[in-house]
Amino acid sequence: MEEIYIKNSEKNELIKTKSETIQFLLNYSKSLKITQIKGHKFESNLN
Amino acid sequence: MEAQVDDSLLIKKYINGDEKALETLIERHNQRISCFIYSKVNDRTITEDIFQDTFIKVIRTLKRGTYSEEGKFLPWVMRIAHNLIIDHFRKSNRMPMFHGNESFNIFSIMSDEQLNVEGQIIKNQIDTDLGVLIAELPQDQKDVLMMRIYRDMSFKEISENTGVSINTALGRMRYALINLRKIIDQNNIVLTN
Repeated sequence: MEEIYIKNSEKNELIKTKSETIQFLLNYSKSLKITQIKGHKFESNLN
Repeated sequence: MEAQVDDSLLIKKYINGDEKALETLIERHNQRISCFIYSKVNDRTITEDIFQDTFIKVIRTLKRGTYSEEGKFLPWVMRIAHNLIIDHFRKSNRMPMFHGNESFNIFSIMSDEQLNVEGQIIKNQIDTDLGVLIAELPQDQKDVLMMRIYRDMSFKEISENTGVSINTALGRMRYALINLRKIIDQNNIVLTN
């Protein structure tokens, strides 16, 4: 009987992306360099 | 309106090399974008993945200097997220994934072929006991049984190796099994688990 009344409390919470993911994005942004040569744009990741 | 002006200012700062501006933008819209993605996919891990992919696209577009929607940052990001959500569902339709829930977990009914530790100990014990019983058989029957069961030889190969006919080899195997059963019955040995 107990299993029929599952409470899914997750749905009521306000979802926010984790700080680790945000940190990854900020690091990705810092490492991404765009180089333009003769009208062509090249991406490079400098770690 | 104020927030939109701020967004466009932050974008300009970011394009000009201010990395801190990106952090402010992400923090500002984190909750709205995350909630939007979660409302469609209903899974926290996938929400994180789509959020990450969305901002990777945002970063690339801004850095390449191809962003042109001044003052409409949030709707633009939402549209990217929306497209990635559609991509996600297209992909998962091609490769359906089974998700368990709190009342049913697929791993509780699935098992691997390997024995657990207890089963392995019992199997080893049976193998040892059987080895002792086989040692009690007459030499000719023992040879045939060893070749057939432990070396996986065919009766044709056994007959060639022992120099007897196939029928004799078959007969020895039959008597070997009969005698094994007889020894087991006489000594009340239990070999099953």
